[in-house]
Amino acid sequence: MIICRHEWKTGRISLAVWTLAIISLLTVCIFIYPEMAEQMEELNDTFSQMGSFSYAFGMDKINFGEFIGFFGVECGNILGLGGALFAALLGISSLSKEEKGQTAEFLLSHPISRVQILAEKLSCIVFQITLLNAAAIAATAFAAAAIGESPDLRTMALLFLAYFLMQLEIAFICFGISAFLRQGGVGIGLGLAASFYFLNLIANLASKAKFLKYLTPFGYTESADIITDQTINGCYAACGALFAAAGITAAFVWYCRKDIT
Amino acid sequence: MKAISTAKLTKYYGKNRGILDVDLSVTEGDFFGFIGPNGAGKSTTIRTLLGFISPSGGSAEILGQNVQKDRTKILADIGYLPSETAFYNGLRVRDILRFSADLRKQDCRTEAARLCERLALDPAQKIHALSLGNRKKVGIVCALQHKPRLYVLDEPTSGLDPLMQREFYAILQERNREGATIFLSSHILSEVQRYCKHAAIIRNGRIAATDSVEKLGHTGARRVTLYGITKTPHLDGIRDIKHTDHSLSFLYNGTPQQLLETLALLPLTDFTVSEPSLEEIFMHYYTEEES
Repeated sequence: MIICRHEWKTGRISLAVWTLAIISLLTVCIFIYPEMAEQMEELNDTFSQMGSFSYAFGMDKINFGEFIGFFGVECGNILGLGGALFAALLGISSLSKEEKGQTAEFLLSHPISRVQILAEKLSCIVFQITLLNAAAIAATAFAAAAIGESPDLRTMALLFLAYFLMQLEIAFICFGISAFLRQGGVGIGLGLAASFYFLNLIANLASKAKFLKYLTPFGYTESADIITDQTINGCYAACGALFAAAGITAAFVWYCRKDIT
Repeated sequence: MKAISTAKLTKYYGKNRGILDVDLSVTEGDFFGFIGPNGAGKSTTIRTLLGFISPSGGSAEILGQNVQKDRTKILADIGYLPSETAFYNGLRVRDILRFSADLRKQDCRTEAARLCERLALDPAQKIHALSLGNRKKVGIVCALQHKPRLYVLDEPTSGLDPLMQREFYAILQERNREGATIFLSSHILSEVQRYCKHAAIIRNGRIAATDSVEKLGHTGARRVTLYGITKTPHLDGIRDIKHTDHSLSFLYNGTPQQLLETLALLPLTDFTVSEPSLEEIFMHYYTEEES
């Protein structure tokens, strides 16, 4: 696990910054809930009757007056979008940074197979995403307890599981793309994550665009659906798993035969 | 045993030529120079040997093992120094040396410390703060610290000052005496002439000549310098003519009799006949190929 350890060492500051930013926002958001909850009776009707805006963020389906509804929309967006951008950044730079920084030659001149390099880099990505989500869960638990809320654990677990799976999917797709790049592809990664997010908004707005939910990992992290149905949509998640598997397969197949120049 | 053996090794980058039908044979224990100008195919050959790029044709073996099938095993016995050394910014020299040793599953701390001392490299320095020459030294220690059987060095002295170049070659000669094989690419002919036992000259992706450095210098051609005249004499087999105000010199590839007969008729004040330098030999192979 030498490469995994090295990846961890070189990426830990970035992980710390992203984790701190996400959990700070999450915590602040949860702490302002009690104040908002007092006015929620009026606000709930307003939020659910804001037309396209309400559909886009699923606010027509959930009760904003309850903590879980508020958490699903507000905090879901923070962890969903923030986590997705971080996962995209991790995945897209994992392999391409070696060629951009001309360190690929250094790495490959050692007695270590390309398969092992890929496996260890992938392990480190999973480890870092797991840590970020663990920190988010811990921060949420702490903040929720501090404001005296005890949300349904099953629903919370489903929400966090969905965000975690979504981040893994985006990271794996970006990892696959990274194998094809010779220069850094940060723009591609962040652009892809943002595109996935907007595809889900479009799918929420237009019924004809519902099929987009099969393409974007934000389809199965829709908090309104998870809270209402008490499950993660299996079809959307299965499509996500296929895309993730395709990303990993592309990375292994292409990188193992790629010319490092 | 052959340290390096290639047969018709070929690499195309799309439609562009990399190397063509390269046949190389380097015996274990040799100090081998691989000479060629920029873009001739030196680095492509080395990258193919190390498995960074896949050949378009032909085959290559290192220490009796196929470079594609047994890549990982082969790399355990190789110390590689790239022409441009790049490392992970933010780390210190000692972190890079340790990382390289860990990747080889070896404890190289003693040897690394010894090499750092000889090369005047401070292991506590941050990589991003290093000069080009010091970065090169980090690459050298990474390539040498595990005492491999084969050293593959791509333009190893670029960026090193003359004192460090001398120290570096002294270390290589020690390793060579201990039985290791040295394979280095260079376009600095004087260092190849000084240190290498055998050499190959590559031009436009093809091997133009390969032999002992001594024999490569004995091409039959001589550098003839004539003083007191400036007009080129009528003589077959001369080329690379150089004029000065009071002399002219040329490479001569004909018979001594013909040369002496022609010179006897000229109003010379002096003349010299000497063996051409490796640089001239190098040019000889190049002009020969071009013509």
